[in-house]
Amino acid sequence: MKHHTISFTLNGTHEIRDVRSNLTLLRFLREQLGVMGVKSGCDTGECGACTVLLNGEPVNACLVLAAEIDGGKVITVEGLSMDDQLDPLQQTFIDHNGIQCGFCTPGVLISAKALLTRNPHPDRDEIKDALRGNLCRCTGYVRMIDAVEAAAKEGN
Amino acid sequence: MELPLPELPAFDYLHASSAQHALEQLGGSIARTRVLSGGTDLFVQMRAGSIAPTELIDLKHIPGLATIEFDENSGLTIGAAATMNAVARDPEVQANYPLLVRALETVASYQLRNRATIGGNLCNASPAADSAPSLLVLGSRLTLESVGGQRELALNDFFKGPGETALTPGEILTKISLPLAPTGWKGRYLKLGRNTSGDLAIVGVAVLGFPDPEPTSGFRFRIALASVAPTPIRVADAEELLETTTLSDESIEQAARIAQDLARPISDARASAEYRRAMVFELTAWALKDVRQMLEEEA
Ligand SMILES: Cc1cc2nc3c(=O)[nH]c(=O)nc-3n(C[C@H](O)[C@H](O)[C@H](O)COP(=O)(O)OP(=O)(O)OC[C@H]3O[C@@H](n4cnc5c(N)ncnc54)[C@H](O)[C@@H]3O)c2cc1C
Ligand code: FES
Ligand code: FES
Repeated sequence: MKHHTISFTLNGTHEIRDVRSNLTLLRFLREQLGVMGVKSGCDTGECGACTVLLNGEPVNACLVLAAEIDGGKVITVEGLSMDDQLDPLQQTFIDHNGIQCGFCTPGVLISAKALLTRNPHPDRDEIKDALRGNLCRCTGYVRMIDAVEAAAKEGN
Repeated sequence: MELPLPELPAFDYLHASSAQHALEQLGGSIARTRVLSGGTDLFVQMRAGSIAPTELIDLKHIPGLATIEFDENSGLTIGAAATMNAVARDPEVQANYPLLVRALETVASYQLRNRATIGGNLCNASPAADSAPSLLVLGSRLTLESVGGQRELALNDFFKGPGETALTPGEILTKISLPLAPTGWKGRYLKLGRNTSGDLAIVGVAVLGFPDPEPTSGFRFRIALASVAPTPIRVADAEELLETTTLSDESIEQAARIAQDLARPISDARASAEYRRAMVFELTAWALKDVRQMLEEEA
């Protein structure tokens, strides 16, 4: 199988790596780079647990090849906080109890972050729409939506 | 730590720098070599073992293949590799083809639509392809390219069966062209799923209507269905009925009955054939009444 030398930034750090063709971005992040915030729920684009930002836009890392990120920028949940300073969204998720088991949370935070970047003042329907691809078995979503709404208010 | 789920089967990932380059690499065997756009169908099918290509040629980086261009005289041209999100947020598409925007927004999730392309949606040729009914009623044409040259085809002649298209081995889709939408048109895409959050359609119905003094009803209509036949389909007989009779609840219900009779659905995990047929009637009538109301409000 072919191998590819890829150059990219992960959470702001420049990396150069060698990857084989069939390696997904999800497996690459977890198994080779040790980025465990990215979760695997289904490997088929259904659950959103693997959501990361690729060049600023959320994607399902289980449906992207590592070889495809050459020249790109990847941000995972680990990249949202800086020097122990939580992203406002992370804080509002804590404050509003938007987290229970936490399995879906990294993906949800990434989808929410991307939403607030493209639309800083979403209404509740727009928040629901943006989180449609992130399945949560625990929270019932309401508190997550509250948390995103609160972060949007803070950010105004 | 390794993930418990199996990896994607082995293949070679290849870049294409131009359409010509892709076509040269493609050769004639789609069992062995496939083109890759967003991968949202391809990788899922490879994981399921339903296809096992040994080479994937990535079309996404071919210059011009993802461009979206609107021309006031000729209409819209969508590069086959344009993602659904790129199309749906294009200001000209929003202003001129809101029906298409609405249809795309019913697909899966925002993050999936960041990868999924319109070209992939059409070439995958699922009967449930959500972009298809709207593109059909908008009169779309496709540009197909092979090493030998290019040809144009109406979208209506493209689908041949589930997963089957008019593409010949070694040919790729490069462009989707939409003529200018008719003046004063109104449209509706209704998608019935098991939930409202991006499941595949149980039934999808696109209706487009526009004023025209020539037919008896004073309007022309176009109707297309997804997920209820081996391919997405137009319902020409119902369209004709609505033009040759006075528009009324009765004629709308008669048209919806024609659509229902034309549907050849299957039973699957999402719904029974019987339920699908019943819903073709309901949704077609509903979409037609909505469009009629919008047209009358405008008049
Ligand atoms: C979780 C999930 C939910 C989904 N929900 C929906 C939904 O609600 N509605 C819906 O319609 N679809 C849905 N899909 C299916 C899929 O996302 C779409 O069909 C998508 O548009 C495919 O585009 P792609 O670019 O990812 O195609 P790819 O997977 O890259 O390609 C699909 C097929 O088309 C071929 N192909 C791609 N581009 C070309 C080209 N230019 N020329 C010739 N052949 C080409 C490929 O070789 C392959 O056989 C869903 C998929 C997933 C995983
Ligand atoms: S693991 Fe990628 S969407 Fe579920
Ligand atoms: S908190 Fe458990 S899945 Fe969302």
